[in-house]
Amino acid sequence: MAELDIDTIAGTAWDGGVAPFATNTKKLGMWLFLLSDSLTFSTAILAYAYVRLSSTNWPRPFEFKPAVLNATFLTFILLSSSLTMVMAVAAAHRSEVRKAVIYILLTAVGGILFVVLHLMEWFRLFADGFTPWSNPKGDPLFGGTFFGLTGLHMLHVSIGVIYLCIIAFGFGKRKFNADHVEVSGLYWHFVDLVWMFIFPMVYLMSVSLKG
Amino acid sequence: MSTHEAAVETHQPGSKKLFMWVWFWLLILTGVETLLAYFKLEPLLMLTILVGLSLIKAALIVAYFMHLRFEKIGLFLFIVPSLVFCLVMILIFVFPDSLRIVALHNIHP
Repeated sequence: MAELDIDTIAGTAWDGGVAPFATNTKKLGMWLFLLSDSLTFSTAILAYAYVRLSSTNWPRPFEFKPAVLNATFLTFILLSSSLTMVMAVAAAHRSEVRKAVIYILLTAVGGILFVVLHLMEWFRLFADGFTPWSNPKGDPLFGGTFFGLTGLHMLHVSIGVIYLCIIAFGFGKRKFNADHVEVSGLYWHFVDLVWMFIFPMVYLMSVSLKG
Repeated sequence: MSTHEAAVETHQPGSKKLFMWVWFWLLILTGVETLLAYFKLEPLLMLTILVGLSLIKAALIVAYFMHLRFEKIGLFLFIVPSLVFCLVMILIFVFPDSLRIVALHNIHP
């Protein structure tokens, strides 16, 4: 049974087909997870905005060069890794296993690069005295929200890298099919999407106004 | 559907060229955002533009990279309105209090 056509199985979709969304259960499950995860991130970003608005002494510690340019480069890496993931999904659906595995691993390398560069930035901030509970330039809550938000995102990227490696291994061994690759792609694009909000809110809105 | 052969012949819409274009436009929009930070616009104006651009970028990613545009309309109607509803519910509670804080700052600068 290569293709399930709900129109032939149940008359029309309104009769209640076997697949009302015309997707497999894995994909629907991933979409539901992403729906709830996007609410987690929205509330985290809104909490950051609220705390920042409440403070009278909120720091804007990021110089355009290098911090903002560095964050822009991180955005470039994530966007490019999303592109390779799209290519991986397309190759997987054409059952070009080797090509798909290479693209998935390239995506994972992009994720690793992102985490490494971001951690280097964190350590630079630690060296300047910014920690999750202290801040030499103003409200200590800055550290709490900054490291909380970017840390939650970094956790997602790290989990994504592990997820992609497992998928690449399983797909290479033909234990997983193209649907598995597509579902992991959904997760990876979501991680990319969240960064599209964290990058402007946390970095661009905190660019130093001096100089 | 249990073996991997089932998914072999599924047709995947969207060409390589299309995805390259989406990627290209996402980079352009990111460049514009960074440029705004370079010019250091007034915060409220900058925030408005940034949120607008980010929503466009998110829509591009969801529609093309995450394939939602090529899915059945039912999946879209299942996911997007519920997300918007939840976000509106959050904002209904956050906004009035945020405006109150802004007003307090204006009274006691």
